[in-house]
Amino acid sequence: MLTKDDVQKIAHLARLQLTDLEIEKFAMQLNGILEYAEKLKEVNTDHVEPISQVTGLENQNQADQIDICKTHLILLSKRLNPCIKT
Amino acid sequence: MTIKEINTGLNEKKFSCAEITQEYLDRIEIKNRELNSFITISKERALEEAKQLDANKDFSHPLAGVPMALKDVVCTQGIKTTDGSKMLENFIPPYNAVVADRLKNAGTVLLGKTNTDEFTMGSSNETSYFGPVKNPHNPDYVPGGSSGGSAAAVAAHLATFSIGTDTGGSIRQPASFCGVVGLKVTYGRVPRYGVLSYASSFDTVGPITQTVEDAAIVLNTIAGPSEKDSTTPAVHMPDYTQFLKTDLKGVKVGVPKEFFAQGVDPSVIKVAENAIETLRQLGAELVEINLPMTEYAIPTYYILVKSEASSNMSRYDGIKYGHATDHAKELEEVYLKSRAEGFGDEVKRAIMLGTYALSAGYYDAYYLKAAKVRNLIKQEYEAVFQKCDVMIGPVSPIPPFKIGEKIDDPISMYLADTLSVPMNLAGICGLALPAGKSENGLPIGIQLMANQFKEENLFHVGHAFEQANA
Repeated sequence: MLTKDDVQKIAHLARLQLTDLEIEKFAMQLNGILEYAEKLKEVNTDHVEPISQVTGLENQNQADQIDICKTHLILLSKRLNPCIKT
Repeated sequence: MTIKEINTGLNEKKFSCAEITQEYLDRIEIKNRELNSFITISKERALEEAKQLDANKDFSHPLAGVPMALKDVVCTQGIKTTDGSKMLENFIPPYNAVVADRLKNAGTVLLGKTNTDEFTMGSSNETSYFGPVKNPHNPDYVPGGSSGGSAAAVAAHLATFSIGTDTGGSIRQPASFCGVVGLKVTYGRVPRYGVLSYASSFDTVGPITQTVEDAAIVLNTIAGPSEKDSTTPAVHMPDYTQFLKTDLKGVKVGVPKEFFAQGVDPSVIKVAENAIETLRQLGAELVEINLPMTEYAIPTYYILVKSEASSNMSRYDGIKYGHATDHAKELEEVYLKSRAEGFGDEVKRAIMLGTYALSAGYYDAYYLKAAKVRNLIKQEYEAVFQKCDVMIGPVSPIPPFKIGEKIDDPISMYLADTLSVPMNLAGICGLALPAGKSENGLPIGIQLMANQFKEENLFHVGHAFEQANA
């Protein structure tokens, strides 16, 4: 059972500033979702490997060649201006 | 008009590309105010592209001159790509996604970028920062999501076809709700490079079209390996249009009984049962299938997807790009406030849930457990396709619902994905097809499912059903 303090802590880990109202709402909703996830305990997963991909991928190699980057100037122009106001 | 009709018309000089593009733009201008299916309309650029195509006089590619729309998660050089979020409200990508490039090279005309749930997190298109999309069949109802804008645009003839993304049903469910065809490809069949990520081991890119044939034509162009996406294996790619047959003799169609269980609306079951009967009459052999892991798909999916999402969303830090706060006095405040201001509720919920499921002390109980259950689900699907060529079932357990009906109840919204998320967990492909109507006259689709890299089976059975059901 997540308390409001837990929610506050998770929010800080995720670098999200939440209002008191949001903390209350998310505590309730996240508890509901996590309670539902408890259902997975019913499944016996002894000797089952966890997977993070499903198509049997293996390492893909490419020739180690330097390619001309055509977009570096546009990319640099996307950077944001410093937003800290002192 | 379908892709084929437009391309044929251009080749026979019945109309010019500029004329047909203008016609679509006019229709968008009239209809989009009500439907809200486009976030950005690239009017001038579309007309310019069309005129260029007319000048070149080459409409030999089956997609040449065809006006289409891209979901606003597909990066387009020089055209805003928002992912339905305030975070990217003003983001103009410096490059094209592979899929955008392939479609451009084929000679399609980009009409604009379609609305989506914020960062594609949603099943109703109501979480978009740019407002909900309306179902073209009845504006009080949702079009489904997250590719709601893409599906509504095709259903309302505001684009010949569109591109959507499907992480847990986001192409198939809106296609079903809007009465159009939606293809969720095998994981890795279409490159994801330049398509904004939600959950990287689940995300797929695919077409939303009016006919099965159109979906095959689009897939021919967008599928296949790319050196920019290392998750696109070099699996053989046939000409998908060669599989559009009308005879189903010798085809084994699996019917998973869990897809017709309690909790699935009777109107949805009725449509699917009628479709099964149609396939039987076309000569298909029906095989009863059991998928007992189905009830675990939703919790498995939501733990894994929200975990991957929390990691993907960490790039939006108010520094590199995206929304930046005006109210920070120190670095940590930049992160905290930019993200608080830039993200909506559903995204915040995803980040919180994922951060928790991945945090020390809870990782084993949630993420790792779900990753193991995912393996069991995948094995179950591998075994099933030893017994049949395709499976059939409903897309969504419920018919289209009203705007506002579920938005404050995340679990009830998540459960609406029960029958679509297993395909993403297992990486297999699925095709949503129009098949009937609800009591309120809204479309209800059916879903065909095939093994990994067996999209041709979907086109075969899908085309046969579509022709028989016409």
